Amino acid sequence: MATSDAVTQDLSIQRQSLRAWWQSGDPWIWLTSAAVAASVAAVLGLIGLLAVNGLAHFWPSQVMAIEYERFGTKTKIFGELSERESISRRQFMEANPAFEEQVPETVERWLIKTGNRQANPPDFRWLFAHDVIESNVPDDVVVVERTEWGAAYGLLVDIEQDGETVDTRNLWKEFQARIERTAAIRDEIDTLQEDSINGINYELESIRLEKRRRQLDGNREVSDLEAEEEVLRAEYAIIENQVFKLTEQLERDTAGLALADGRVVHIPISAIIQAWMPNSMSMWGKLWLYLKNLWNFLTDDPREANTEGGVYPALFGTVLMVLLMSALVTPFGVIAALYLREYAKQGPLVQLIRIAVNNLAGVPSIVYGVFGLGFFVYFIGGSIDDLFFPEAKPAPTFGTPGLIWASLTLALLTVPVIIVSTEEGLTRIPRAVREGSLALGATKAETIFKVILPMASPSILTGMILAVARAAGEVAPLMLVGVVKLAPTLPIDGNFPYLHLDRKFMHLGFHIYDVGFQSPNVDAARPLVFATALLLVLIIIVLNFTAITLRNRLEARYRVSIN
Amino acid sequence: MIDERAEVAYESSPMPDVPTPTSSIEEITSPSAWRDEDICLTVSDLCLHYGDNEALTNISMQVARQRVTALIGPSGCGKSTLLRCFNRMNDLIDDVRITGKIELNGMEIHDTAVDIAQLRRRVGMVFQRPNPFPKSIYENVAYGLRLQGSMPKSELDDRVEWALKNAALWEEVSDRLNESALDMSGGQQQRLVIARAIAIQPDVLLLDEPASALDPISTLKIEELVHQLKQDYTILIVTHNMQQAARVSDYTGFLYLGKLVEYDTTNIIFTNPTEKQTEDYITGRYG
Repeated sequence: MATSDAVTQDLSIQRQSLRAWWQSGDPWIWLTSAAVAASVAAVLGLIGLLAVNGLAHFWPSQVMAIEYERFGTKTKIFGELSERESISRRQFMEANPAFEEQVPETVERWLIKTGNRQANPPDFRWLFAHDVIESNVPDDVVVVERTEWGAAYGLLVDIEQDGETVDTRNLWKEFQARIERTAAIRDEIDTLQEDSINGINYELESIRLEKRRRQLDGNREVSDLEAEEEVLRAEYAIIENQVFKLTEQLERDTAGLALADGRVVHIPISAIIQAWMPNSMSMWGKLWLYLKNLWNFLTDDPREANTEGGVYPALFGTVLMVLLMSALVTPFGVIAALYLREYAKQGPLVQLIRIAVNNLAGVPSIVYGVFGLGFFVYFIGGSIDDLFFPEAKPAPTFGTPGLIWASLTLALLTVPVIIVSTEEGLTRIPRAVREGSLALGATKAETIFKVILPMASPSILTGMILAVARAAGEVAPLMLVGVVKLAPTLPIDGNFPYLHLDRKFMHLGFHIYDVGFQSPNVDAARPLVFATALLLVLIIIVLNFTAITLRNRLEARYRVSIN
Repeated sequence: MIDERAEVAYESSPMPDVPTPTSSIEEITSPSAWRDEDICLTVSDLCLHYGDNEALTNISMQVARQRVTALIGPSGCGKSTLLRCFNRMNDLIDDVRITGKIELNGMEIHDTAVDIAQLRRRVGMVFQRPNPFPKSIYENVAYGLRLQGSMPKSELDDRVEWALKNAALWEEVSDRLNESALDMSGGQQQRLVIARAIAIQPDVLLLDEPASALDPISTLKIEELVHQLKQDYTILIVTHNMQQAARVSDYTGFLYLGKLVEYDTTNIIFTNPTEKQTEDYITGRYG
């Protein structure tokens, strides 16, 4: 009995101390800190996952030579091991019902990127580890990144110039030199294309429209335009001729690449972007190539249905659209908030409007997309075309999705955020400060511009931060009002008026969707999806960080007096 | 000082010129003995309603030019409300109805022809709590001047210096004019807002319990300042500190429940009031 009493006593002490622990508030501190820790872990985990999956893609990984046997056929391939996984016996048997041998508990399979899509499709294949007869890492395998048909793997056997084999002691050096030569020529062609041909085309189009305009006005006198057109066409012919010559030079060389099965394919060097030998590269060489690949990802145009190349146009489009959106939404939201808080008589009506504004923030974004398409694009854009661009009809100028409409639609989407945070900032300004200004003979407008708005600026910036974060990540409405899979030109170029608000543009958010789900080559596109997602997150972080820094400065400057 | 005031561009304003008072500065005559040119403000039959509440009832009084007039009374008696009538600060509040007249130098301030901003330039105000703008000391003083249109930088500098000297602040801040006004002490801030008010050289200065949020030393400084400023300005001061009223004012009005109970020279109000209510309040029987 005595022992059981002691136990009861012990328990009651324990219970008491548990209750004391609960009452002390410690569990609450643990709970709150755990919530914060979970949030931080979620954010870091997200960025970490994107970084690991996305950034590994640009590393020049080693290439294996593999010989495997399947259904009695022996095949030799070169390839990069891109994934390795174990599947269960059941899963294996379901996929291979004809398999007769004893199957172990788990089966290992490899995803090999074999490249050579043209000569030896498909360019990704799954191998069962038990099918592999032999695999090694030959030193002299070359990886060739091409403008089309994806990467090619093989052994460099010869270089031909105009069909004649080039006699050289250092084949690899010669190869690199010739790649550089074609790259230089390609740059030259691109420069001609961008600087001259696009410019001439733009002017020719302007002339065509001017002609049409005069025709619509009943003015038959177009000889001056025709003369101008003549000059442009002559200019065009000269440049076109230059381009032809350069293109001919481009086609001069081909490289012979021996595939793993012994076949030799000849690849025009003009189609090669770069080539490297990953298995014999030093660590520094790989690192250098890695950074170069990263840089190219940021600055190159996409290739091959967006599954290769860079994301520069999408990056450019995203940032430009967000900046434009901010420039449109901020004044609009601030002015609306000023009216609601400073001018309107506070009452049930204003309260109702305030609730409505708050609710606007909850409308699904695709609804804004539909509204933007119907109102901005078709109604306003169509009216602008009727009024100002009748000569271009039936082709629409503004009556079609474009940068300005996407920015406006997102501005509409984010205006509640700006209004709400600006209003909060306005209410925080003490009445004494307003009265101080009015008592000095300032009008209400002067008080607002000289005292109230500067003091509310940190809150306005907070609103902008939230708006930018929301707008940069939005995809659904953009698909309706201006974003495309592949835009032929950037919205900013050297032709007057330099910023082309009517153009369609690319966007990282849509790019992720397109590459990830609309791509013909899922395996090739997957790392790019992660890399692009990481880039989008980083852009939002950078934009926000800039705004937060600015806000903190303003806050320090316009802090409200404590006295 | 008077010369400088004449230079200020009031051409656009419908306000009449300021007559020079006849009585000398030392002379404190009874309100009944005032001549027209001694009077700066005339209030007649002023009633003020907040919604259905009557806050001021039939106030009639005159305020002497270049004298300090104190308004005293218990909390909620309407003294601040009355003060805020003189620069029409009550217009900012919804549901306020004002009847009766207030004349500034013979000009009805509720007249539709009166530009309210111009009125407030002539009738400056200092509030209970210091309310500097979150700008530099210099910009705070220059604020009212800049509102009147651009002037050369040198002239602006001169006027800011003049205002800070007259507010007895120049010695303390002359070497840190570009620092934030929010870094000053409470007493300094209050003198800064006085400097800000006198920088635009108003005729009347309204002080709404200017020292109530300050420590005794700062209070003393403000009171000394009021003494100096009355040479150039007509000053109305609201205070619930009777010693302060007795120290700084020439005339005192006692308000109770929205009515002006008694109005006379400070000396008479504090030594020999006519009304029983005034005496009770002065002697501390209530309030």
